[in-house]
Amino acid sequence: MNDSNPSFLGRISLAVGAFFRILGDGDFAAAVLRVRDGGAPEQAATQAATQAATQAPAPSPAPTASAAPAPALKEASPDAALQLLGLLQRDARFIDFVEEDIRHFSDADIGAAARLVHEGCRATLREHFTIRPVRDEAEGSRVTLQEGFDASAIRLTGNVVGKAPFVGNISHRGWRVDEVRLPRLAEAHNAKVIAPAEVEL
Amino acid sequence: MSGARYSIGIDLGTTHCALSYVDTSASDGERTTLAVLPIAQLTGPGAIADLDLLPSFLYLPHPDELTSGDLHLPWTGQRDFAVGEFARSRGAATPIRLVSSAKSWLCHPGVDRRAAILPNDAPPEVARVSPLESSVRYLTHLREAWDHAHPDAPFGDQDITVTIPASFDPAARELTAEAAEAAGYRRMTLLEEPQAALYSWIQKSGGQWRKQVKVGDIILVVDVGGGTTDLSLIAVVEREGNLELHRVAVGEHILLGGDNMDLALAHVVARKLAAQGTQADAWQLRALTYACRSAKETLLSDPATDTVPLVVPSRGSKLIGGSIRTELTRAELTQTILEGFFPQVDSAARPVSRTRAGLTQLGLPYAQDAGITRHLAAFLGKQVGALADLEGLRPVAAEASAHEASFLHPTAVLFNGGVFKSALLVERIMGTLNGWLAAEGAAPARLLEGADLDLAVARGAAYYGYVRRGQGVRIRGGTARAYYIAIESAMPAVPGMEPPIQALCVAPFGMEEGTEAELPAQEFGLVVGEPVHFRFFGSSVRRHDQVGTLLDFWGPDELQELEEIQATLPASGRTAGEVVPVKLHARVTEAGTLELEAVPRGTDERWKVEFDVRGSVNA
Repeated sequence: MNDSNPSFLGRISLAVGAFFRILGDGDFAAAVLRVRDGGAPEQAATQAATQAATQAPAPSPAPTASAAPAPALKEASPDAALQLLGLLQRDARFIDFVEEDIRHFSDADIGAAARLVHEGCRATLREHFTIRPVRDEAEGSRVTLQEGFDASAIRLTGNVVGKAPFVGNISHRGWRVDEVRLPRLAEAHNAKVIAPAEVEL
Repeated sequence: MSGARYSIGIDLGTTHCALSYVDTSASDGERTTLAVLPIAQLTGPGAIADLDLLPSFLYLPHPDELTSGDLHLPWTGQRDFAVGEFARSRGAATPIRLVSSAKSWLCHPGVDRRAAILPNDAPPEVARVSPLESSVRYLTHLREAWDHAHPDAPFGDQDITVTIPASFDPAARELTAEAAEAAGYRRMTLLEEPQAALYSWIQKSGGQWRKQVKVGDIILVVDVGGGTTDLSLIAVVEREGNLELHRVAVGEHILLGGDNMDLALAHVVARKLAAQGTQADAWQLRALTYACRSAKETLLSDPATDTVPLVVPSRGSKLIGGSIRTELTRAELTQTILEGFFPQVDSAARPVSRTRAGLTQLGLPYAQDAGITRHLAAFLGKQVGALADLEGLRPVAAEASAHEASFLHPTAVLFNGGVFKSALLVERIMGTLNGWLAAEGAAPARLLEGADLDLAVARGAAYYGYVRRGQGVRIRGGTARAYYIAIESAMPAVPGMEPPIQALCVAPFGMEEGTEAELPAQEFGLVVGEPVHFRFFGSSVRRHDQVGTLLDFWGPDELQELEEIQATLPASGRTAGEVVPVKLHARVTEAGTLELEAVPRGTDERWKVEFDVRGSVNA
């Protein structure tokens, strides 16, 4: 949901929420005061940033250079995460599976359900993401990392000393998302409902 | 022919639609740039994704069922219905609001195709739509998705090819053309699906196809879609030194496809569950059908697997406790799919048709015999003489008749449709066919490899639009039937007997697009201002009849009765009630539809004769 022009109901809940936050949060109250008095440069900037984040729905593990001068932390967009949860629930019953108390079931019963969840999760991941290993070499094989290797894509472990080139064994090939294809959402879509209740008439 | 940049091919399928296109500015000769358009569609309430296929489903939601904005598309906020993936998944739980198989209804002679009758079992408060209207909505969605993706190349300015089953009768063809026109398709041509599959194979080979087929080859195209099975025979002949393709015969309309197979498996498993004391309800049966589909694909593609576990999830949120567990075994699959749908029969086998119970519920006329191989045997047997007249194939035909072949011998087979991703099914058909051929001392047929089983029809249609401009090889053949109208013979009436009828040929076999038949000598009296009905027949085997040929007798397999045709002479310039002598004139339009016109004596006037699509036959 973009907050550029909230619906009436949305505005009610915003008003109620803001009311309590103004009472309890001095900084927030000061910010509201600034908005009310006309100048809202800071607000507009954060809003633009959130919008940019929403438009790039990728929970991308390898963000391309954002070139921020100060170490500003970007906030993950909840919409894409909620959307993925919704897809996993719809196609793989993911939430049902994780939320169920499995202590009293036999492994065979759990295994049967796991099959369904596995198949659905796999289908969902393959439909919406292109995932491939970071390193194509087999696990256990010996590799040399040249100077300037991508530290976000390769994690050094164990006896990390000396200088590049580093020589070591691949213990995990890693995964990288090449492409994200999440459905686009309508403006008014409530992403927080990841599975609607079903009522049969 | 035109300045359109793109040639767009549309597969308007029973269960899925697809759109493919050739960029003619980037194509030259047999090197073509062909792509498939990912179709933007709803995949959930308010969620849009681009998928290669648009499921041919229409969902008519209750006004309170969804919130505003849930049905919006990237190009419009004005929708009170959904088509595509969301319609399919939402409709699975609420079938009374789901329109499916609209294409099968479009060629159902027992119902009025322009009447709002779908969903068939909807309660009165659901505003139903006609089979024609649902096709219009799918075609409109495809046009809008194109326009949204290509704002610089409006759909209306491109060359469009829409595919239809080869077995579609003239009325169903005309309805498809009408739907396309209503959906804003301005430059549209129809193409038979098996031909499209062959065009796609030719396009994919990039010129290499000439090495895989030779003069004298008879290519059998077996196209099993989600809802229909379509058979065609295409001969390779030589004309002026070039290889030429000639479509020589098409099969009958068989409502039988991959969906029937999944459903059959689900019922087998449901019976097994019932024997164990678990009764599957309608919702679980649907989930079971879905599970069976993927289990079927696993078993058919991996010969090493013997059983596939099936889990039908519970409906509630208790996944582990409430799920039903069972399995699909290879024995069950073999019994149901291989023996049920592809039995190993001999070439003399014919489909069994049961006489229907007197009062059948008005539904789709599904094939009564599920044995696709029996339908194939009947088709080849019926077309045994199809090659005799084709120039360049006389030696083949002469040899066949010298050996007293009991069926037409194909020399190569091209498969189309997702079910043939299974090597097992391909082998079964090839094995059965080659068994028939061996029994008559003929060489085994070859398998034409490299077909794109899911998207071939759309791809081939796009390629055909390109070929029509004069690039690359075209499949010839024209109409695959001759058409007749019934006239009462001048005999004294015998009490208790229907007056015998004669069949007058009005359109010969093999009329090409854009050609006209000659005017017959016979005239009919039309009463001005009153509709006059004629019984109408088609024949897929009488290749010699010319316009004006009058048949007194014909075999039961020779002529099939189609829907009536209806001519009305408007009263302009005449007195109502006057009888005007007219001749019936047939022509095939550029779009590929058959048109009949009434031509009053001594005038240049032409009045269109309509196909009666209001379900008059046996209704």
